[in-house]
Amino acid sequence: MSALPPTKDTTPTGGRQRSAKVFWSQLVYIATGNPVTLIAFSLFLMIVIIAIFGPVLAPYDPLASNASNALQPPSWDHWFGTDNVGRDVFSRVLVATRLDLLISITAVAISFVVGGFLGMLAGYYGSWWDRLVGRMVDTIMAFPLFVLAMGIVAAAGNTVENIVYATAIINVPFYARVARAEVNVRRNAGYVLAAKLAGNSDIRVMALHVFPNALPPMMVQVSLNMGWAILNAAGLSFIGLGVQPPTAEWGIMVAEGANYIVSGEWWMAIFPGAALMLAVFTFNLMGDGLRDLVDPQRRT
Amino acid sequence: MPLLDVRDLTVEFATRNGIVRAIDSVSLSVKKGEILGVVGESGSGKSVTSYAVMRILDRAGNILEGETLYSGMDLAHMPEAEVAELRGREISMIFQNPRTALNPIRKVGHQIEDVLHAHAQAAGANLKMAAVDALKQVRIADPEQRYHSYPFELSGGMCQRIVIAIALACRPQLLIADEPTTGLDVTTQKAIMDLVVDLARERNMGALLITHDLGLASAYCDRIVVMQDGKIVDQGATDMLFANPGHPYTERLIRATPRPDSLLRDLLTDREETTTPATTAPATQASPEVLLEVKNLVKTYPVGSSSPLSFMDSVRRKIARTPAETFRAVGGISFSVGAGESIGLVGESGCGKSTTSSMISRLIDKTEGEIIFDGVDIGAVPAKDFARHELRPAIQMVFQDPTESLNPRFTAFQSISDPMRRLGGVTSTDEAWSRAELVAKQVGLPAHLLTRFPHQLSGGQKARVGIARAIALHPKLLILDEPTSALDVSVQAVVLNLLADLRQEMSISYIFVSHDLNVVRLLCDRVIVMNTGKVVEQGPADQILSNPQMDYTKSLVAAIPHFSS
Repeated sequence: MSALPPTKDTTPTGGRQRSAKVFWSQLVYIATGNPVTLIAFSLFLMIVIIAIFGPVLAPYDPLASNASNALQPPSWDHWFGTDNVGRDVFSRVLVATRLDLLISITAVAISFVVGGFLGMLAGYYGSWWDRLVGRMVDTIMAFPLFVLAMGIVAAAGNTVENIVYATAIINVPFYARVARAEVNVRRNAGYVLAAKLAGNSDIRVMALHVFPNALPPMMVQVSLNMGWAILNAAGLSFIGLGVQPPTAEWGIMVAEGANYIVSGEWWMAIFPGAALMLAVFTFNLMGDGLRDLVDPQRRT
Repeated sequence: MPLLDVRDLTVEFATRNGIVRAIDSVSLSVKKGEILGVVGESGSGKSVTSYAVMRILDRAGNILEGETLYSGMDLAHMPEAEVAELRGREISMIFQNPRTALNPIRKVGHQIEDVLHAHAQAAGANLKMAAVDALKQVRIADPEQRYHSYPFELSGGMCQRIVIAIALACRPQLLIADEPTTGLDVTTQKAIMDLVVDLARERNMGALLITHDLGLASAYCDRIVVMQDGKIVDQGATDMLFANPGHPYTERLIRATPRPDSLLRDLLTDREETTTPATTAPATQASPEVLLEVKNLVKTYPVGSSSPLSFMDSVRRKIARTPAETFRAVGGISFSVGAGESIGLVGESGCGKSTTSSMISRLIDKTEGEIIFDGVDIGAVPAKDFARHELRPAIQMVFQDPTESLNPRFTAFQSISDPMRRLGGVTSTDEAWSRAELVAKQVGLPAHLLTRFPHQLSGGQKARVGIARAIALHPKLLILDEPTSALDVSVQAVVLNLLADLRQEMSISYIFVSHDLNVVRLLCDRVIVMNTGKVVEQGPADQILSNPQMDYTKSLVAAIPHFSS
């Protein structure tokens, strides 16, 4: 947040631990203050735990096929049933969490950094920076975003990295716009002028005084975008771009399962779909909580 | 029977930290044709009282007990639909900021018609006539033309006139004006208040004027109620109240309000007087050494540069070789500031005083002219490079709004130590702390508040942090941009005294930018009066205030509302 230590620290534990403690107590305060935020953060924690320990938790090998046990409905042995080649759907849903989360978090992180930076320059300097970034963003927005992502992956090659880049690129405009608007209203605020008087260079003013104050609305964007990014990654896999079978991934699983819904084997598509829905739902709920977490006004 | 009779009104707000009692057993009454002033500092509950009467408290607010009788009907316990019927037709309200009170994308004439229509006061072809008539009532020139104006095309004073026209369109019996002139210039304030009072008298309406400005209340109200911490502490006829205040708080308020004849130390209450030695006002020794000399300073802005069409426009101009249209914010002003001298820069909004101070503090570039500081033409250094100039620490600034001028993510310590680290050569945290504590002590900020964030500090404390940050580098010139306009009078009194003490202690030169001549007189040796980017008059502060030569200065001085006692 800043180069300066936040508080004078008299305890021997050091400033870093103290700021971690402040962050933790802030988290607890926000979560207990709003039940929706509490639910969202608990769901997120659950998803993260599954993402980390998915392969350990999974009762079966997600890739091991067993033709004799194919297309079994949900049972005590196979909670979510088995797919057309006899793989355990529950294990595959658990294991897929890591890949989907990784794709969306990386993509959102890239677009947050790139979009935030471009938007900050446009909002702070205005004039031709603003025009350049504005037109660039407009150009991206002129395409149907999913089609653009398809185009990028198809052109650049069918890899997980390219899904990440494509998802990042189509999300950049949102961050650039939010950052531009938030920085623009603050660039002549009293504390920004005061920072200039204190001898801060433009870059320091932007990085330490303007940008951190634009964070709360951007966090809402992050949380919404996480949902979109997961959907987007799954969507690309669904149409056969990006992640390739037999890798466990929610989008591919839904795509494979979709063929069997008409014949009554609904479990193959429904369970990964539900996992996808739950993840998107969680990220969308988290927005307000994330914003409060980075808002100093809420700090007590 | 009084028109409005508020009896034992108690309002509570449910907040995160439990229930807060905003007003406690408030009783007041307004007769027909009477103007009642409700005076108090921020947080005294004066606005909450008016909101409770109008039943427009937000959801957290709850009228706990008491009644508000309007011609015998109890507004506090009436169904919402019936109150809505009375609002606007019988009781009207004027709010603080006229721009936010008007719909920005609707013609003002239509906005007046909306009210008339909603209360079935006029219909069809009569509607427009009634709206134009309402505009005439508030003495707007060219009402037929103005009918078609949008709020952004009008000045602040004009917008407030429109708001008044809307409020009075249905000929209400009771008018509640909540700080109707805060943020307007003194001359505009006078015009607006004269208008409100004239219309109220003409129509024999009751009026409730809510204000923090004792001078304003004394000039326009028949009776005054003084509120403190949600309670009415004093009330009485205006003359009586000022001649013989019945409560120490009233006395304190009267003392803290600057008058044409008050001295700086008089503003403080007795309690604080004992802690500050009664020094005399800063000696008026105009030192021969000149610190800052401004010569023929000009700042022009291109007109309408932000529209996308202007790009094509500028291309066309370049082809045709015609100069771009420009607006002269500052049109060639010259003055000098001696070492240790304090100069007041006075004028109404848009006169160029803030632009001038921004140019001197090197936040924006000048268009023409010279700014010679300590023998160096700092005007020649581009503003974006001045952050690393050796004279940067010598020129510092205190900003208008103490809340807006502190980074909400920085603690008081971080704000104060930022200039020390950047320009003062302080590298270690310990050194920064010891120096920040020293500066905090100088401005009277308790050291334990240094770890707090701005939203955890009061207005006065935030003002102190802003001043501490500005003096942290021992500047030679301090530019004060209306440093007290966002503060309550009692806090203003303390801050003004603090500034006077600091000036003596550290021998800093001040440029005090303000619209309030009474305040400027207290702190400044010399005053420069500006209008439309030009210097109108300059001279010793007392002389300008007591014996202005130019018409513009005379109108400024005459518009200041004050009381005599």
